[in-house]
Amino acid sequence: MIKIEHMSKNYGPYPAVIDISFEVLKGEIIGFLGPNGAGKTTTMRVVTGFTPPSDGEVTVGGYNVVSHSLEVRKHIGYLPETVPLYLDMTVTDYLRYMGEIRGMSSKWVNERLPKIIEMVRLGDYRNTLVGRLSKGYRQRTGIAQAILHDPEVLIMDEPTIGIDPIQVVETRELISDLGQEHTMLLSSHILPEVSAICKRVLVINDGRIVADDKPESLSDKLQTFERIELSITNEKNSDFISKMRDISIVIDARSDQRASKIQRSQRENSIPYIVDAKPNSKASELISKTIIENGWGLTNLTPLPMTLEEIFLELTTEEELGE
Amino acid sequence: MKFISIIALKEIRTYFASPMAYVVAAAFLAITGFFFVASVSDAFAEASIRGYLAGAVFFMIFMSPALTMRLIAEEQKLGTLELLLTSPLREFEVILGKFIAAFFMIFIMILLSFFFILILFVYGDPDLGPILSGLLGLLLYASATLAVGLFSSALSSNQIVGLVVGSGILTALTIIDFISDRITGTAAKVLDSFQLGASFSVFDLDSLGVAEGGHFADFARGIISMTDIVYYVSVTAIFLVLTTLVLESRRWR
Repeated sequence: MIKIEHMSKNYGPYPAVIDISFEVLKGEIIGFLGPNGAGKTTTMRVVTGFTPPSDGEVTVGGYNVVSHSLEVRKHIGYLPETVPLYLDMTVTDYLRYMGEIRGMSSKWVNERLPKIIEMVRLGDYRNTLVGRLSKGYRQRTGIAQAILHDPEVLIMDEPTIGIDPIQVVETRELISDLGQEHTMLLSSHILPEVSAICKRVLVINDGRIVADDKPESLSDKLQTFERIELSITNEKNSDFISKMRDISIVIDARSDQRASKIQRSQRENSIPYIVDAKPNSKASELISKTIIENGWGLTNLTPLPMTLEEIFLELTTEEELGE
Repeated sequence: MKFISIIALKEIRTYFASPMAYVVAAAFLAITGFFFVASVSDAFAEASIRGYLAGAVFFMIFMSPALTMRLIAEEQKLGTLELLLTSPLREFEVILGKFIAAFFMIFIMILLSFFFILILFVYGDPDLGPILSGLLGLLLYASATLAVGLFSSALSSNQIVGLVVGSGILTALTIIDFISDRITGTAAKVLDSFQLGASFSVFDLDSLGVAEGGHFADFARGIISMTDIVYYVSVTAIFLVLTTLVLESRRWR
């Protein structure tokens, strides 16, 4: 349904998205995950035809977003990050206007409008001015305009941002329901949200796609190593890292930047490290043995389970180091 | 065509829903009324709407950008422009719809001021020709000023910027004779041909501004000249095209 091939987008000299390629099949719900400023919104704007790509080709339903922009727009329902609402219109008037500018006949609008309002549970507010709605209801109004013309492709940019937890749950449910009938590209920087709704996750950072997989296998894949947090004392030279790397089961060892500040103030000589080892390899035993053989003192050794947040952090920070 | 009328109708509804239109209309009638009274209240005064026209031409420098400042700037601020431009309609349809809505509002205001003409016919014996040509000129002049205002509104998401830039452009086009009067030769003639309306001699109640210079002068005298019509239509068209280009420019950035 959506096909992006080697797409890049620059804002002046600044690259926002660098050579990304992916495909969204019909009926798929894809989560687009990344920190703020990673290029999610830019990619979505390119897909909707709001801004053209600087390079590469993007098609929606077989239509090129640049040369057949109008065709593309007919097939897309779009909810931008800041929900675009006319504050001085009522919910019904707003939705009717949105339907009209998408070329729907007034008969079609009249038939569909009550259904949509029911679907997003805005029934009690149909004649309220949009400007008086709470954030969550504004979000629903935004979702309503995106699905009003029954588009094949739904593009939602951070649909649950800035609304309270109860409404977040309701909005997620609504989006899950919508995903059963639409091809959907959904962006977020909240991991559980994406893994709850989406069948496939694209992780984007600094304008590049760093992972493309199912949410479960994304964590499986990355948990192919065991992470161990440890602190040692009496380390005279800084050959700890190289000694660790000499152990066959160790994948990587590095000093723990985040923990070092706290720990140093507590225990003067203790230096925190992180060691990643192959899973199920009795890594803790081997590592502690090596430490003792070298005459270092071991003050802490904790195997760490990885959360999705850490996987995400791992993916994105590794990307930064690679540059 | 369908989309243009949808946009225009929505904007007209928004005008009537906000106090802006009523405030602007009241100010328009007050200012033009003042000029009208000043021009006809002397003994032996000419029974014409030249005073009214002078007031309208002067006031539209500020009124037109005030009417249009919201139209595009607000869409940018609310983010609804993103929605409009990802809907299956073209930039020029959006621009034209909004322009027609603003023009409709000015048209209503001019209709409201018809009682000035009525007064002339009740108490005097006015010449109908210059009145009709003057009103035609005023509509053309209004469309040119609205196009400039719409263009200014597209420049940023700040309405005040739209108002200031719009009035600035219109003022510059109005006082162009300050410069052309002080130079000679072709340059002066070229500059003169860009004179939008009356100069600030509008405050001179003898000539009432519309007597000399600018493309509006002939309309006020009862002369409908092709040059003047082409001028106003061109200014309107050029600025509407520029507005469309401003919106399309996001494609090149």
